[in-house]
Amino acid sequence: MTEPVLEIRKLSKSFGALRASRDINLTLLPGEIHALIGPNGAGKSTLIKQIAGNMAPDAGEIRFLGRDVTALDTVGRARMGLGRSFQISSVIAEFTVLQNVVLALQGARGTSYHLFRAVLKDREMTATARAAAGRVGLDDRLAVRAQDLSHGERRKLEIAMALALAPRAFLLDEPMAGMGAEGAAEMTRLLDRLRHEAPILLVEHDMDAVFSLADRISVLDYGEIIASGTVEEIRADPVVRRAYLGDDAEAI
Amino acid sequence: MRRETIINAGLAAGLLAIPLWAHVTGEIFTITLATRVAILALAAVGLNLALGLGGLVSFGHAAYFGLGGYAMGILAFHAQTYDPIFTWPFVFEGTKQMLVIWAVALVASGLAAALIGMLTLHTSGAYFIMATLAFGQMFYYLFVSWPKYGGEDGMAIYVRNDFPGLNTLDPIQLFVICYALLMAGLFVSWRIARSPFGLALQAARQNAERVETVGIRPFRIRLAAFVISGMITGLAGALMADLNRFVGPTMFSWHTSGEIMVLVILGGVARLYGPVAGAALFVLLEHWLGGVSDYWLAFVGALLLLVVLFARGGLIGSLAGREVAHD
Repeated sequence: MTEPVLEIRKLSKSFGALRASRDINLTLLPGEIHALIGPNGAGKSTLIKQIAGNMAPDAGEIRFLGRDVTALDTVGRARMGLGRSFQISSVIAEFTVLQNVVLALQGARGTSYHLFRAVLKDREMTATARAAAGRVGLDDRLAVRAQDLSHGERRKLEIAMALALAPRAFLLDEPMAGMGAEGAAEMTRLLDRLRHEAPILLVEHDMDAVFSLADRISVLDYGEIIASGTVEEIRADPVVRRAYLGDDAEAI
Repeated sequence: MRRETIINAGLAAGLLAIPLWAHVTGEIFTITLATRVAILALAAVGLNLALGLGGLVSFGHAAYFGLGGYAMGILAFHAQTYDPIFTWPFVFEGTKQMLVIWAVALVASGLAAALIGMLTLHTSGAYFIMATLAFGQMFYYLFVSWPKYGGEDGMAIYVRNDFPGLNTLDPIQLFVICYALLMAGLFVSWRIARSPFGLALQAARQNAERVETVGIRPFRIRLAAFVISGMITGLAGALMADLNRFVGPTMFSWHTSGEIMVLVILGGVARLYGPVAGAALFVLLEHWLGGVSDYWLAFVGALLLLVVLFARGGLIGSLAGREVAHD
């Protein structure tokens, strides 16, 4: 069996009486897209925050690249190669597209304490950043400030920043959120190519995207993984149909 | 060429040309005013690094300005009295050499900034402002209550310190020293602004969480910026003490912190030459309006209000327009 890139063991987190994560077990294998779905309030964001290192679990273990990273903070996990995008676009608003990607690059390389080198004059660096931007289709928008980008472009910029880290795993929180049908289709194609770069743990509401992309799907409800399996297995699972797919069950 | 670059070049040339002209025509007082502008501008260049690039609203930069000043005062005082500062573990004599004084000023203000930064940079917003203010005031009261170094009255240093090859008592030569250091400070801050470090610092100001997710620690970046910022302001403090041939605890008071901040805001926050424009305007107003009314600072206050309300980019911003995106 192949070693999982990311492994979550018996993860639990409570807020008072609310159990946001209950004994969650989850793995992300090389080359796969593992989608995490679940209704609003199921605990997806809480889980993502724990995986990214923004929130400490009450119990359980998170292993990344075979190492226990439960005690490591966001920065440490990013350094190890966890490329993350946010549910609500999080980029550096006043920076251009190129500056944003360069920032991610220098984060990955640990060159942020160079005081006297002109960062945008570094040909190798900017070329790598351009390439990352090119891969998400932002090559003609390099000099535009992030705040002047469209919503869809900002989402792509986030992916480009994650890409620039040369990550070992992607943690993408609703990359299609707020995108139109065309944008979502484009993003789907992009993610499909991305899986060859590194496996993706994908939190997404867009079912078309999830069903067309995912190798495996895990369903979260009330902080618990109620089902986990291939697309077909999840579609056929009666518990999932009842708990989550609900009225839409016929549509699928 | 960008409009802001032209304005900057004009400011740099003007600040050099006016005292040189005054030297030719023998108007010593104008040279002294220009020296004051250069020194205050350098202090503000320091603050601008933290405030402008890093968004760190430090209300305690007087601490570094004062430490720089007292580095000069204490070293010169001991040199004046032929009494070593300490004799254990090695003998540390006072000195009248500017170069040594500057080095001590840089080290002292850098260490203080590192300590204060480590304790305050975990806070933000109003708490950060208050915490830095509190540290500034601590230094103020420390030196007020230290009789050996003049206490509340401060210390006069009768003879200006020496610089190899120059006569520092000649106003134009002292001006040239201060101007050169201002240019050096501006050069450092220009290079930093476009360096990887500067990029990370400006990113941390806007979105610290994003910076963390790409593997950069905002706290460390801010701390490093805070230290460099404090050191530049500290150096300015040493120069100001030499210009006045006097150090007093008011260098540490929160008025001084506020004044340095006013210079930055008047000139234009995060603009390279904002501190120069701000200091020039401030000193001119002080000179002209100070002659008209004792309450000249009220006019400065009104002007500051206008800038904050209507011209967020300060003087440089109003002249040069919105900052263009670098590609």
